[in-house]
Amino acid sequence: MAINWFKYSAPTTFYGLAGKLIPWFAFSSAILFVVGLYIGFAVAPADYQQGEFYRIIFIHVPSSILSMFLYLVMAGYAALGLIFNTRLSAMMATAIAPTGALFAFISLWTGALWGKPMWGAWWVWDARLTSELILLFLYLGFIALHASIDDPRRADRASALLAIVGSVNVPIIYFSVQWWNTLHQGSTIKFSGTSMHVAMQQAMFITLAACWLYAIAVVLARVRSIILERERNTTWITELPEVRS
Amino acid sequence: MSGLDIWMRENPLAYVWLGSYAVAFFIFTIEIAMVRHKRKITLQQVRLMREAEDEARDDKFGGND
Repeated sequence: MAINWFKYSAPTTFYGLAGKLIPWFAFSSAILFVVGLYIGFAVAPADYQQGEFYRIIFIHVPSSILSMFLYLVMAGYAALGLIFNTRLSAMMATAIAPTGALFAFISLWTGALWGKPMWGAWWVWDARLTSELILLFLYLGFIALHASIDDPRRADRASALLAIVGSVNVPIIYFSVQWWNTLHQGSTIKFSGTSMHVAMQQAMFITLAACWLYAIAVVLARVRSIILERERNTTWITELPEVRS
Repeated sequence: MSGLDIWMRENPLAYVWLGSYAVAFFIFTIEIAMVRHKRKITLQQVRLMREAEDEARDDKFGGND
């Protein structure tokens, strides 16, 4: 059965689809968090060098990956909105920004908590840390710029430009540990293999999936409110059961 | 060594849980609450607009009778 995906690029159809998907993503995320944290804390052994402190990675690594990936997704939607003038793309970019900012903050916060016992400092002006901080500021800048312009279409265009220009920071974050001599360690998991214990890998990948599903659920819930707000003068909104009740 | 340094080395799991996981889940809870609140407020606004439009339409047709 062929699915017409373009049908779901219209707010009219996407609103209903998002409403049906949110509980599935939220429930799966909660289950995966429980399983991932159980493996991470009860099954995975302590690290021979870092002891118990390494267990911060089960939230630090997923948050860092998501903060970068969500930015690229946000910039992609912003670019689509700018080029094709599609309503839903700009709404999606606006909905992703707060969640991306929160993941960037959690990444920096948990990194600081790991840095204190391991490096002896909460913060160092290392290339990886500094570029991640810039990412947080880019998210905040996007949110502030969008909120500062009253006309939503003009706000979409202005903030889309910021998102697209700012996306250059994502490869800088990712490759910073290779390009510069940083205190932050490089990737432990590579295509060529890893020295990590299997249980540590399982816990990290499961919590990464949990964070992904959480982000999708929250972004879908937020975009539904944005659709309601922006399309409030249309007939289809006034005919929605939740509006009529 | 400060008191916090000593505490974190004596209670590494409590440090990891309270410092990172409790904070992260607190942030997630706040975000979920904000999203739910935003939906509630937006729905209220849309319902009010709809009611106002319905009343305006009733007044208009009532005036013609």
